[in-house]
Amino acid sequence: MHKLEKVWLMIGVMTLIAFLSTVGYQAFASGHAPPSDLTKLDPEKVEETPPFDEPGLHQIGDNEYELIMVLQSFGFTPNKVEIPQGATVKFIVTSVDVVHGFEIAGTRVNMMVTPGHVNSMTYKFNEKGEYLILCNEYCGIGHHMMSAELEVK
Amino acid sequence: MNRLDSKLSMAHFYIAFGAIAIGGLFGLLQTLVRSEMITLPPSLNYYQILTAHGVLMAIVFTTFFIFGFLYASVVRTTGALSEGRRRSAWIGYWMMVVGMILGVIMIMLGEATVLYTFYAPLEAHPLFYVALAMIIVGTYFGSFSIIRQYNHWKKEHTGETSPLIAFMAVATLVLWLIATIGVVLTVVFQFIPWSIGWVDEINIALSRTLFWYFGHPLVYFWLLPAYMAWYVIVPKIIGGKIFSDSLARLAFLLFILFSIPVGFHHQLLEPGISHEWKFIQVVLTFAVIIPSLMTAFALFATFEMRGRSLGGKGLFGWFKKLPWKDVRFFAPFMGMTIFIPAGAGGIINASNQMNQVVHNTIWVTGHFHLTIGATVALTFFGISYWLIPHLKGRILTKQLNGIAIYQTILWTVGMLIMSGAMHFSGLLGNPRRTQVTTYFDHSVASGWGAYETGMAIGGSLLFISLILYLILMVNLSFFAPKGQEAFPIGEEAGESLNPPRILENWKVWIGVAFALILFAYTIPIIDIIQNAPPGSKGFKFW
Repeated sequence: MHKLEKVWLMIGVMTLIAFLSTVGYQAFASGHAPPSDLTKLDPEKVEETPPFDEPGLHQIGDNEYELIMVLQSFGFTPNKVEIPQGATVKFIVTSVDVVHGFEIAGTRVNMMVTPGHVNSMTYKFNEKGEYLILCNEYCGIGHHMMSAELEVK
Repeated sequence: MNRLDSKLSMAHFYIAFGAIAIGGLFGLLQTLVRSEMITLPPSLNYYQILTAHGVLMAIVFTTFFIFGFLYASVVRTTGALSEGRRRSAWIGYWMMVVGMILGVIMIMLGEATVLYTFYAPLEAHPLFYVALAMIIVGTYFGSFSIIRQYNHWKKEHTGETSPLIAFMAVATLVLWLIATIGVVLTVVFQFIPWSIGWVDEINIALSRTLFWYFGHPLVYFWLLPAYMAWYVIVPKIIGGKIFSDSLARLAFLLFILFSIPVGFHHQLLEPGISHEWKFIQVVLTFAVIIPSLMTAFALFATFEMRGRSLGGKGLFGWFKKLPWKDVRFFAPFMGMTIFIPAGAGGIINASNQMNQVVHNTIWVTGHFHLTIGATVALTFFGISYWLIPHLKGRILTKQLNGIAIYQTILWTVGMLIMSGAMHFSGLLGNPRRTQVTTYFDHSVASGWGAYETGMAIGGSLLFISLILYLILMVNLSFFAPKGQEAFPIGEEAGESLNPPRILENWKVWIGVAFALILFAYTIPIIDIIQNAPPGSKGFKFW
């Protein structure tokens, strides 16, 4: 192997190790692992299965909330939510039919919602505004209509 | 090249050109719809042409072009196909053609508006899945023919090193054969029985995992033939030498190892897979950077050595000496250049946390239009400018070369504008695979319009470039002056050392590949099957 090639690959490998260590540290030590909820349910019995029997915003602590949402072609239930500024919200979502995506545009809230599974993630809203929740996985002919509103007051 | 094998390759190229013509038109229509310049007639649905665009470009154009190129490369370096192998190749070709026609018919009838990734539980007509299976089984006949040809050559040349490009063709097919196991399993054992109605439910997580086991190496199946041209053909075109035969072989083997056990990085945001296993596959994903860096080094070493031998002085003087006016070099070089930002984007996509921001936004669409749509496509264009006349006994004249340079520039600029707009608006949250929408006049969505106009401008330039390309291809196939266009095959620089024998010991490499796959997938897949929630029945929401 050429000497310069060795140097080149060495730099590459060192960068790679540094990079992967950062990604790993963030995932395992800082708790920024991607949403990987392992909870399962019967996709045909979502309405009878807690917590999805009561979709909506539930306060669970001091400015802390759980938002239970059910996704269905082509809408979210509930589809209009208001929360106070600085609130920490745990989104708990599932689908009653096909695969959907749960994205809040302009934030890092983004997860896949597959039938039979529950997915969840937590986000703190520091800024006021009208946020757009949208489905980012093709779910049928009305996919581009599938959205909800989240207002941070 | 002998007439019979030329005919075989050309049959593949004609289909590839047809696919890119129709698929490209649908791509243009999508950018015009999203930027609100046109509305589609009621008989054509946005998601239907999106499905057709994906199938025609990502499956039909690529697969047919690649097989046409692989046959030509193997025949060029190992001699004419035997009659039996040629028959097997033609059987494969016709299976792929029938599969393609059937698939396109189902899409145009509105029976398969499920996009080319066909995620369950959206349920297409069973014949759509049968069509996909036929295309893949067809490629098995072709792969058989090429691998047998390579083995036969090795038997007749005991102790000799196989021709580099034939070795690379076989490596590409080994990757393809291992990768397609996943999609064949899910299509044959999950989708077909479920869509016919033999079983009521489908395991969603399993179907997605098997799909992405295939889906990621699929992109390397597109990329490796481009690498074949970069490693073996481009050095000859510029009058230089291959930097190192052994390192080129090693790079291809590493691509086989590290492109397969990594599908979870497409499923990072999915429930039902623990984040520890996702992280393990993220680590394996990044291992692919090593052969990529090896490739970048080898190519630029070749360029620099050649530039310096032509008298290029100083740190970058050699750069100017390269044959910029030769499209056979210029088009693949543009592809390589675009691969630098494209690869950086890929690293972002596969990163645990950054993926969170871009997943399923139009950033991702921008990313693979840089990789497959620019890097691979430009290299394939570069190949076709000499390979088509070579096969048809014609020549690429100076005038045609000039138009081809122009075509390459238009494609490069168009793709940079379109993909650039996609990347930036993806960062703002603009979703991919979505018909034009204001989300009921939501203020967040109103900021995306300017980028969508950018996409339409890029898309229009691409379409003009595509028309030029097709005119050139028709010309090179049927009208260009008769003559002998060369099939360039590079030679190694310096003393030709025999590469270590281990590099051609396929049992070892395939064994290691399967060991990595078993390591990365066994426990998660057992978990997905054993702890599965009730499955899903099919839905037809279009």
